[in-house]
Amino acid sequence: MSAAARDAPRLPFEQSARAALEDATMRANVLRATTTIRARRAAAVADTPDWPELRAAGEALRQRALLRLDELLVRLEAAVTAAGGVVHWARDAAEANALVVGLVSATGERSVVKVKSLTTDEIGLNDALAAAGIEPIETDLAERIVQLAGERPSHLLVPSLHRGRPEIAELLREALDEPGLADDAVSLLAAARRHLRDAFLRARVAVSGANFAVAETGTVGVVESEGNGRMCTTLPETLVTVMGIEKVVEEWDDLGVLLQLLPRSATGERMNPYTSLWTGVSPGDGPRAFHLVLVDAGRTRVLADPDGRPALRCIRCSACVNVCPVYRQTGGHAYDTVYAGPIGAILQPQLSGERGTAASLPYASSLCGACADVCPVGIDIPRILVHERAKVVKAARPGLEGRALRMLGRAFSTSERYERAQRTARALQRPAVRDDRLRWFPGPLAGWGRSRTLPGVAPQTFREWWEARDRGA
Amino acid sequence: MPVALFVTCLVDTLSPEVGRATVTLLERLGVEVEFPRAQTCCGQLHLNAGYPEMASALARRFLDTFAGYEAIVAPSGSCVAHVRAHVPELAADPDDVADRTLDLSEFLVDRLDAHDVGSAYAGTLTYHPTCHSLRILRLGDRPELLLRSVTGVDLRPLADATECCGFGGTFALRNADVSTAMLSDKLRRVEETGADAVCACDASCLLHLRGGLERRGSPTRAVHLAEVLAT
Repeated sequence: MSAAARDAPRLPFEQSARAALEDATMRANVLRATTTIRARRAAAVADTPDWPELRAAGEALRQRALLRLDELLVRLEAAVTAAGGVVHWARDAAEANALVVGLVSATGERSVVKVKSLTTDEIGLNDALAAAGIEPIETDLAERIVQLAGERPSHLLVPSLHRGRPEIAELLREALDEPGLADDAVSLLAAARRHLRDAFLRARVAVSGANFAVAETGTVGVVESEGNGRMCTTLPETLVTVMGIEKVVEEWDDLGVLLQLLPRSATGERMNPYTSLWTGVSPGDGPRAFHLVLVDAGRTRVLADPDGRPALRCIRCSACVNVCPVYRQTGGHAYDTVYAGPIGAILQPQLSGERGTAASLPYASSLCGACADVCPVGIDIPRILVHERAKVVKAARPGLEGRALRMLGRAFSTSERYERAQRTARALQRPAVRDDRLRWFPGPLAGWGRSRTLPGVAPQTFREWWEARDRGA
Repeated sequence: MPVALFVTCLVDTLSPEVGRATVTLLERLGVEVEFPRAQTCCGQLHLNAGYPEMASALARRFLDTFAGYEAIVAPSGSCVAHVRAHVPELAADPDDVADRTLDLSEFLVDRLDAHDVGSAYAGTLTYHPTCHSLRILRLGDRPELLLRSVTGVDLRPLADATECCGFGGTFALRNADVSTAMLSDKLRRVEETGADAVCACDASCLLHLRGGLERRGSPTRAVHLAEVLAT
């Protein structure tokens, strides 16, 4: 099952979603987990009187950083270098992976411990390491679970959110070779600790992501709940951090805003349990070598589009994911991206180009707007979804939907044409209508008709009624 | 000062009873209603489907059609939301149409200051706030204020009320299966209330809800706020 999940054919969202809807256990897991997290978030936000001001400040500082990204990244490089770190630049996933593989290989180590990192998931670093004979060991428990299962993460914050505790217990019993392991949380955590503790104590190289980097000071930060990230960033001799270029902020003080927004939006906590911040290397404390790999991989493409650019403000809190009614039905694997949910639906097509399965993602939304309401950095996700749809339409040949909308557009262009179209449709629908409801659904309406009735054009439209009334008056 | 009725293409063509109820209600309250016949569609469908150029043409047409009216009233929250959030930008015109275009409940509560519109409705209702009425128009408790003042109505709270019904325009076609799953959850909540009917301010969401209720053979009906208030 695990390998199958990972090597599953890449399908457009509407097709993989259909398959996901059949998985009742997964859907129940997703619904339960997201309901819990979003209730916690709502309570934490309600408990923060200056939330609107914090949000506005977060939006402003992230947008400001994006507009000055060229300058801030160079400042970041200078500050990291001055503090004893080494900065590397990667244009794309292949360059980034080659850099990291090279850095790890140079140490002579054959395994690395990893802090959960969406960016390394995005670029496929684990596969590149494995191909070079280096074993990547994920240490975030949920990320380790999907790694052991051979799956992709299904949620930004909790990669194994689609799995329930009994399934996880089954997986760990087999993967850790502990057949007697009980199903309860304490036993499972103890087993995970035994398993990971050994990896930490042996590890001489770690690979991390970064939640933020501060251009002013050269400080890089990771925010987490378990402390396993702290182990990775402090115990090994060499630390390699892989970070998307959009994660930089200008000043130290900016963290004061983001470190309030992120835990409340992510887990509903006022403060996350572990915030690890480091600046280059410190003699006698922590890693002796620190490498920061700055990855573009499509981000400058996003930056170049003023209407799509706000997507780069994202701080990966997953609040939008937990409130999304589409994600809550399908779970994350239906989205062919590591950034499942509303943010991925606007980010992935911009990063990779609006083609292939990524072109289906902007349509994975009813535009209900719940995501925009909770975004801590004010990303108007529905607006960008619609913007991305326009880009998909421009890039593709007009299909059935395009032709139908063009016909409607012409019909709406004058009231004479519109009224004529109403009359024509009413004449054409006659054989298909019984009791004022369509009996069969042509072309694009077929999907509607499977679960919903639809009235035909009314026997008397509103405007016909109005005209008749006017004449009668 | 006459008020322009922006009936919306969907109500005009598929749910004319909602338009008739809106006229009945407004006239009963002494409002002079005009129906500018040049109106067609606001362009929401086209913008959301990824055709902004066609939406721009319809936005300019909307501004021409409704020029000069101090109030443009519509029985459909998402159409009003489209006009308010997008029409000036799409038409490249700094027109104040956003301030002049109102959902029926906004017009009644904010402009007429009418909380009690003198209606009587014998039955149980539950109110679904609909996404764009809730999150773009921020209608708040206006519709429920109006419903609570209706004589004889028994208003039941709806669990998970703020969840989308799964309509979303072409979403209901392209992602029909997910849309159907969302609709099933919504209808289950509606039926749990035991109400005779689910009420909303958006004719398009109501078309979706009614379609689902009818297809599952449910006795529960879907009614527009205007239809309740016009009784």
